[in-house]
Amino acid sequence: MEYLIGIQGPDFVLVAADNVAASSIIQMKHDYDKMFKLSEKILLLCVGEAGDTVQFAEYIQKNVQLYKMRNGYELSPSAAANFTRKNLADYLRSRTPYHVNLLLAGYDDADGPGLFYMDYLSSLAKAPFAAHGYGAFLTLSILDRDYKPDLTREEAMNILRKCVEELNKRFILNLHSFNVRLIDKDGIHDMEKLTVGAK
Amino acid sequence: MALEDICNFKDKPTRKTFPFYASEDTSVSVFTESFNFKWRGEMTSKKASDVPLEFHVPSLFKRPSSRASHSASVRRPFPLSHGTTTLGFIFQGGVIAAADTRASAGGLVACPAVHKITPIHSHLVVTSSGSGADCMLWERILTREIRLYQLRHKRRLSIRGTAKLLSLMLHPFKGTDVCVALTLCGWDKLIYVCSDGARLQGDIFSVGSGSPYAYGVLDRSLSWSLNKEEAILLAREAVFRATHRDAYSGNNVDLFHVTAEGWRQRQREDLKEEYYRDMEKRGKKMDVKTKKAAKIMR
Repeated sequence: MEYLIGIQGPDFVLVAADNVAASSIIQMKHDYDKMFKLSEKILLLCVGEAGDTVQFAEYIQKNVQLYKMRNGYELSPSAAANFTRKNLADYLRSRTPYHVNLLLAGYDDADGPGLFYMDYLSSLAKAPFAAHGYGAFLTLSILDRDYKPDLTREEAMNILRKCVEELNKRFILNLHSFNVRLIDKDGIHDMEKLTVGAK
Repeated sequence: MALEDICNFKDKPTRKTFPFYASEDTSVSVFTESFNFKWRGEMTSKKASDVPLEFHVPSLFKRPSSRASHSASVRRPFPLSHGTTTLGFIFQGGVIAAADTRASAGGLVACPAVHKITPIHSHLVVTSSGSGADCMLWERILTREIRLYQLRHKRRLSIRGTAKLLSLMLHPFKGTDVCVALTLCGWDKLIYVCSDGARLQGDIFSVGSGSPYAYGVLDRSLSWSLNKEEAILLAREAVFRATHRDAYSGNNVDLFHVTAEGWRQRQREDLKEEYYRDMEKRGKKMDVKTKKAAKIMR
């Protein structure tokens, strides 16, 4: 039902998420933001079960900020991703597992951009591009085909537009707007919302 | 957990991994003071603050190991009441909250005159849907917590804080049969909180089995610039159309108007009257139509 996508370039990461907050068959909100800012250069995109998403994402967000307060420097994206995965894993076999699928995107001043794919079974993979949701079935092949490691920002946006077009054409649900953000060495930039007209 | 340590947050018994089986102590205490965000390690005097909410759970209760299962381990004497139409929206003149008044239990109308909109304090009203008993209980708990906060901190908790507090209080019961979907209506904000854990702020919400029908009416005609009378008319019509189609909503409609000066309740109106008015309007139209048709036929 929900859709997340991330594309990593040589010096940036582009991420997008749909804007729908749904409750069974009803869209409760059309402008819901699924991205959580963990730090100046790290974004966590979170979808899944209704309360779990916000609870878990806010928990990670506050802990990352606490780390910075305690130690004076920020967690790197890789460390944040591993911390997140560890928490997911700890809760997985408890009585209250979190059913959330995540993408963590960040820019490390030392290692460069990074995109991390995590799912509710607490798997973690660093990937050049990734997507979550039913929409991923439709768009991963587009990414496989058109992605190259030395993408420019424009090319990444074009691939993103192609993915959204494909969703609009073939996906049964109407996801008509997407939040788009770009992370690079200067931080997180809000890009123009991608909207599609009704089918 | 780092944040818990620094806030000395008391872990709720339900989240611990000890088994919770029949023969053991079966009361679940949720310490509400632990929700009050304390800085540093010192908890203020326990006797003043920790007022446990004791839920005495029947001895057959087993904490469900999988969230998805909704099977009742205790047999209920009747099905829970769930059907409802409630709605709330913001416009230039404040916030309108409207709801029907039918409590249904399966196919039975358990009560035709229920209050689904409850004031929490002078500027906050909450509409409830889901299980009637759960909603009543949680509204009272919320009212109490808000009042305690006000007494302790000499200021009222903001509506967002209220929503977050409610969401945190409901979290331990996620995966159990607690079914509560409340819309907190302030004078400029509308926040939807449900026992699944969702917490959404928005301009228009409708909740319950009749909500799709209400959305159909609201989405067509709602605009920011409505005046008070039009807004009330719209809310009433939305509830009316929903109760017309949905079997589990009906009887009367309650309307609250919340502004910066506080909430005002309109007198409860029987939707039967609304139906007759609607039929009359159509009747007039029908007369014209049949006349025309008759002319053509002749």
